[in-house]
Amino acid sequence: AALKDGLRSQVSAALKEGRVTPTELCQRCLALIKSTKFLNAYITVAEETALKQAEESEERYKRGQPLGILDGIPIAVKDNFNTAGIETTCASNMLKGYISPYNATVVQKLLDRGAVLVGKTNLDEFAMGSGSTDGVFGPVRNPWSYSKQYKEKSVPKSHSEDEESNWVITGGSSGGSAAAVSSFTCFAALGSDTGGSTRNPAAHCGVVGLKPTYGLISRHGLIPLVNSMDVPGILTRCVDDAAVLLGSLAGHDPKDSTTIQDVFKPFELPNLTDVSKLSIGIPKEYHAPGLSSEIVALWSKATDLFKNAGAKVVEVSLPHTPYSIVCYHVLCTAEVASNMARFDGLEYGHRSDTKESTESMYAATRREGFNDVVRGRILSGNYFLLKQNYEKYFVKAQKVRRLIANDFVQVFRSGIDILLTPTTLSDAAPYTEFIQEDNRTRSAQDDILTQAANMAGLPAINVPTALSERGLPVGLQFIGRSFQEKQLLTVAKWFEKQVQFPMIQLEEVERHDSAVFQHQKSASFS
Amino acid sequence: SSLAPWIPVVGLEIHAQISSNSKLFSGSQVQFAAPPNSLVSFFDASLPGTLPVLNRRCVEAAVMTGLALNCSINKKSLFDRKHYFYADLPAGYQITQQRVPIAVNGSLSYSLCIDNKMSQMVTKTVRIKQIQLEQDSGKSLHDDTRSQTLVDLNRAGVGLMEVVMEPDMCCGEEAAAAVRELQLILQTLGSSQAVMAEGQLRVDANVSVHHPGEPYGVRTEVKNINSIRFLAKAIDYEIQRQIEELENGGTILNETRAFDSKLGCTVPMRDKEGKQDYRFMPEPNLPPLILYDAQSLPANMNHQQVINIDWIHERLPDLPSVKREKLVEQYGILPEHSFTLLNEDGLAEFFESVVEQTQMKPKKVIGWIIKDLLGYLKQHSLTVKESPVSSFLLADLLNLLEKKEISSTAAKRVLAELWKGEGKTPLEIVKEQKLELLRDQKELEQICQAVIDGQENE
Repeated sequence: AALKDGLRSQVSAALKEGRVTPTELCQRCLALIKSTKFLNAYITVAEETALKQAEESEERYKRGQPLGILDGIPIAVKDNFNTAGIETTCASNMLKGYISPYNATVVQKLLDRGAVLVGKTNLDEFAMGSGSTDGVFGPVRNPWSYSKQYKEKSVPKSHSEDEESNWVITGGSSGGSAAAVSSFTCFAALGSDTGGSTRNPAAHCGVVGLKPTYGLISRHGLIPLVNSMDVPGILTRCVDDAAVLLGSLAGHDPKDSTTIQDVFKPFELPNLTDVSKLSIGIPKEYHAPGLSSEIVALWSKATDLFKNAGAKVVEVSLPHTPYSIVCYHVLCTAEVASNMARFDGLEYGHRSDTKESTESMYAATRREGFNDVVRGRILSGNYFLLKQNYEKYFVKAQKVRRLIANDFVQVFRSGIDILLTPTTLSDAAPYTEFIQEDNRTRSAQDDILTQAANMAGLPAINVPTALSERGLPVGLQFIGRSFQEKQLLTVAKWFEKQVQFPMIQLEEVERHDSAVFQHQKSASFS
Repeated sequence: SSLAPWIPVVGLEIHAQISSNSKLFSGSQVQFAAPPNSLVSFFDASLPGTLPVLNRRCVEAAVMTGLALNCSINKKSLFDRKHYFYADLPAGYQITQQRVPIAVNGSLSYSLCIDNKMSQMVTKTVRIKQIQLEQDSGKSLHDDTRSQTLVDLNRAGVGLMEVVMEPDMCCGEEAAAAVRELQLILQTLGSSQAVMAEGQLRVDANVSVHHPGEPYGVRTEVKNINSIRFLAKAIDYEIQRQIEELENGGTILNETRAFDSKLGCTVPMRDKEGKQDYRFMPEPNLPPLILYDAQSLPANMNHQQVINIDWIHERLPDLPSVKREKLVEQYGILPEHSFTLLNEDGLAEFFESVVEQTQMKPKKVIGWIIKDLLGYLKQHSLTVKESPVSSFLLADLLNLLEKKEISSTAAKRVLAELWKGEGKTPLEIVKEQKLELLRDQKELEQICQAVIDGQENE
């Protein structure tokens, strides 16, 4: 079945009408999580609390007083968001066993609207990586590795070769969240996006991944990677659902001084039919080195789609794009070095047994608690922040960041409404191939198409577009103007409707499938 | 001796704890001597994912202080992170203002006596380089017997104003007078309670010496000074130490030294890692601090949402220097007296209260306040608030004196009796001890005659 509007059964409506109960929904998701354990998408499954939340939701539905469209909907949260009473690990030894006393603002908002938190999802340690392969709980497997579509296309090199070694990565760092949404174990998930960490895995897992404008959604409770670029990300199976989540999460938070003061008005997406007034920009610098011919072709096809529908399609230039990776590297590592300074073993988290001195305790704790990737970035960042290097690297990078942001300003000022670019260089790589290169190399390669949007603070979204030759998802990215999420999502929704991305065919899901289960597979809940 | 004279140079770095209900970036309470780790919010404990939120009251305190010290208030100032690892710094960095502080380029006028008799006062000025907002650290106690360090984070995150005084001072006395004046200003404004004993005012001194015409010498930083008296001592000791060192052919190291109050000297502090590189970085979670004045205030903003420098300026209370002038003008007392009145907490109010309740001229009252009352309080280490003699009682006594019902000698005896705090009124004491002035001529003659007769009999 394809992702068609007409076939979307609306879970929220089903809940309201009593055709399915929150408890049933929750139980199905928990059961599916169990049977898809090999994906390693979840670090913690919050079975007890989820069932309790589902029960409470059920009571509300019985009384005819649901809290809204999210009431009773199973949601997963990336394990770098604080969840009170439920372990928050950031996939690191440093926070193994850490139980936060407070909820991140976005988590609280979801809970206040009756969402059912089924679990915390896997990621690269402290969100550093583009594969979701470098966390302390092991790598996340892309559900599409086990899809009919992929298996049909993959040719085993030898008879003895296991299906096991063929599995592909989810992308990262929000790979667990993307896998969870993609494999139907939840209806939506929270990720985070600093250099593409929501959009990248969304593209590889065939789901919608939204990076909102910086300052729109509160970061209070999101364990930071780069404070000046991080945003909470939204992963859903369709664009309408992303709009619903956005409506629940956006808005000023007094606890986060970087959120804007303006009142946010949640919106429903119109069904755009006429794109003739749209001006789509195609940035030529996004023909990045290493961009697969498949994706180039897909990008071109998408461009034609808009042209044929009457939109104005213009080639534009974002000249400083080639500098963004190096610039990002300096600014990211500098902020990382600073943000990780609090992990000293004193107040919370891992503490080494060394008793010689405080300094030796710090050193041992941090060596034991952090993986190579984290430590490498801390060392780089401290180097760039040294007094003698500060002007040369940090300040210089800030200036280049300004130039990158200005590129976008110029382009939007010239009349472009939305930019259309690829999200990733290719479809998902097999794990064995991906780990041939180190984290830093991979990040530098993979972030190139997504990272500039974080530098400029702009909203961007991955829309699943088509399957590759290998039967794996490929997505395209739309980048919009600051705080113009409504326009961005409206165009994304139109595009989604045009391309009709196929639904994943997973054996596990088929096995559980029943009439009741049809809700599980529904593309949307809204 | 033929040795060339030395010019000592003294600068000060003063940390004043802001008087506010909650901390600089979090909502936990500010309170002295609370049970350990009972005033620690998630942010103060540096729990991952917490963010700073600027406390408006702390900004107002800094603006008030800047205005009182004749500073330019920066309408846009920035926050930075200063990184170092220490047990009392949970985040591994302090949030401070290194690039652009909230106030710059001010001045502080202070007075000191030429001699010890308080008869000749001279006014000096010290330039204020800047005032910056920053977080206080927690406290760590080293328990060497058990090889452990105990950390109390109650103080972590409390707002501080760092006031930097340029090296315009020349000795301990000047530094002490400048700090005393700053203390009075802060207390008058209410921006800090500035009690050194409670750690609300901490002073570090930068000291160097050089010969006239030569460049400034290497300076040392002196820390661990717990009172204004020790400040003067520490500085004077350090100046002397440096002179002796240099005259003996030695050199001065650019080091940090601690003042040992028991020994009355400065000692080098254990230098853990040599020069620290604090790796300053802008604080990404706090936008620039924007302040407005009457001109720049946007039309549609009410003053609850923003800080208006002019609005604060209009509401500043009388600073100590102004108060002193007014006292001198209003009551005809000497300038030195006005200093003493303001130097002692509550004394000026006491004086004014007595003046209100008595017919005695203020010029005469002041003597009783400064010599007798203050003398007694000092002798018994009491504050004005703790005085067993209230302004009412003293005024009562002075009225008896003014009406010539008792002599001044008798008055002193009554006062001595009043100190006992037994609840008797001056009149009662006078009657008890028969201290009334005799004005009856005949009675006096009789007494004198009796004395003479008594003498003749011997």
